[in-house]
Amino acid sequence: MDSILLRARGTPDSQSLTTYLAAGGYNAWEKVLQMTPEAVMNEVTLSELRGRGGAGFPTGRKWSFIPKDHPGPRYLVCNADESEPGTFKDRELIEHDPHLVVEGIAIAAYAIKAATAYVYIRGEFGRWATILGKAIADAKKKGYLGKGILGSGYNLEIVVHRGAGAYICGEETALIESIEGKRGFPRLKPPFPAIAGLFGKPTIVNNVETLACLPHIINRGAKWFASIGRPRNTGPKLFCVSGHVQRPGVVELPLGVSFREIIFDHCGGIRDGHTLKAFFPGGSSAPIMTADQVDVRADFDACAEAGSMLGSGGVIVLDDSVDIVEAAANLARFYAHESCGQCTPCREGADWAMDILERILAGHGREGDLDQILRICTYASNGMTICPLGDAFSMPLSSMVKKLSGEFERRIAAASRLPQKKKPVLPWSGPLPGFGQ
Amino acid sequence: MTTRPIVSEPAENLCEVTFDSKLEKRIADTLKQYPTPRAALLPVLWLCQDRYGWISPGVMRAVAQRLGENPAHVEGVVTFYTMFRTRPPASYVLQVCRTLSCAMCGGKELAEHLTTKLGVGFGERTPDGLFELHAVECLGACGSAPVVQINDDYYESMTPEKIDAVLETLTRKA
Ligand SMILES: Cc1cc2nc3c(=O)[nH]c(=O)nc-3n(C[C@H](O)[C@H](O)[C@H](O)COP(=O)(O)O)c2cc1C
Ligand code: SF4
Ligand code: FES
Repeated sequence: MDSILLRARGTPDSQSLTTYLAAGGYNAWEKVLQMTPEAVMNEVTLSELRGRGGAGFPTGRKWSFIPKDHPGPRYLVCNADESEPGTFKDRELIEHDPHLVVEGIAIAAYAIKAATAYVYIRGEFGRWATILGKAIADAKKKGYLGKGILGSGYNLEIVVHRGAGAYICGEETALIESIEGKRGFPRLKPPFPAIAGLFGKPTIVNNVETLACLPHIINRGAKWFASIGRPRNTGPKLFCVSGHVQRPGVVELPLGVSFREIIFDHCGGIRDGHTLKAFFPGGSSAPIMTADQVDVRADFDACAEAGSMLGSGGVIVLDDSVDIVEAAANLARFYAHESCGQCTPCREGADWAMDILERILAGHGREGDLDQILRICTYASNGMTICPLGDAFSMPLSSMVKKLSGEFERRIAAASRLPQKKKPVLPWSGPLPGFGQ
Repeated sequence: MTTRPIVSEPAENLCEVTFDSKLEKRIADTLKQYPTPRAALLPVLWLCQDRYGWISPGVMRAVAQRLGENPAHVEGVVTFYTMFRTRPPASYVLQVCRTLSCAMCGGKELAEHLTTKLGVGFGERTPDGLFELHAVECLGACGSAPVVQINDDYYESMTPEKIDAVLETLTRKA
């Protein structure tokens, strides 16, 4: 497949408006301005595009949840938080083709009749926020954004909003809170953002890569897009491959190729002298897959059937040198650090799982530890928390413990006891005088 | 949870902060981009951090005043996000990624190398005030692990030798 989303990678000066226009840039935008918003929405629905941010929700369907008769403002938010470990594709798109992202934002905003769009970009990406800001300013100067765009009656402002370091702000309702100038605490749903989102108004949050597909869908048609990939899993996808492969990086392939193709044909396979042990198919929050699952197709439905998820398309590859207990402890620490702290099962659970895993790693595992981790994961997922971060740590941890249990068990069998007499940490954790102990 | 205590500050930071006219103008422009003043909080805090290098209690109060906010809300926001600094930073703030892909691909060795090389632990700074070392979570560049962010710049596919060269250049520049 020729590159579609990454076609500008390697083109000199690919960030500039001149280069973008020379390659047919903003043609889709001009075409869209002649269409009705409903027709745009219809085209995207027909393309069967599914969100690239993690959940794989059909984009056209999501847009259709915006109340038709809502009189007030609506908002489009481009999610450029890119905080899921193992994910680094949105940065690539912004770096090589910022105007493609801007054009995609404009098309989505038009389809849902929004006059303001915000790009929420993670704070660490200051340089890429500047690149996007310049692209927006240049497009505005040429009349592609702003008031009365290209002689139409449509107005659109795009504002780049920088986060400041918090994984949870990738979650759409935490992101909305963050734009509103608050701490990134996810909201209870319903109401869903499409009904009451940013500033209480109907809001659509879409990932950068989702939006970057839109100009191509408009230019080449929904049928063309739907012909790439597999039924219900259409279009090109950016796979971010990291870990122990020869050539890590972002590769663009149709949805539905196998993980074997991604890892071995496109990323050079595993480092010399090592073999594949396991991989996360879609960012660190996806249940782990073992080497025998390498022929599973990389699309939303096939990954779900295989008991995992395609998530963001971040493929983290682990070879036989990896200590799974250490990897699990590393991820548990990540989620314990990033939990916003609103719900007990997530705040305490992630911390507790981290403590247990670090203790096993230190050689003091105990019988019953693995059951305890699985119990923690059960109580933090399946709707027991406000947002899916509870699931996001439960899925990788429980899958690692279940699928690679041997490694954990060997550690625990060889463990020594923790020194029995630990000094009580809290003054009241020892026996209390006068309470019959 | 990413909350950190605000360390005790010298008295002058607790006094009133006066923004220069350029900063006042940029704050006013930022406010125009949002339907509520509160929504301008993160961008305004960024403007202040870019200007002063960190966000002192005085700056928090001044920002609260510009936005018509309660200072407690501003402090709550500043301490929630890991990138807002509540004390003056060293000239170069080194943030080493410690999440899985980096940790597996040389990040651990790199982190150890940096602690020995600089002679400081994580969260500490060198006595000359030049470098400050932090371990952070995934920086969104895992394909070129291990990654170190120094101030606003990404340094990717690092090795102990490469980072030594970077530190040398930075020391010369300082
Ligand atoms: C804990 C958590 C973190 C998330 N981080 C991101 C992120 O960094 N980028 C992103 O696009 N979506 C992220 N999402 C998914 C968003 O909530 C949202 O579903 C997505 O942006 C929708 O875009 P799409 O429909 O285009 O896929 C995250 C979700 C959760 C629960
Ligand atoms: S699940 Fe975790 S991150 Fe999500 S709202 Fe609850 S405590 Fe916060
Ligand atoms: S794990 Fe280090 S940048 Fe993602």
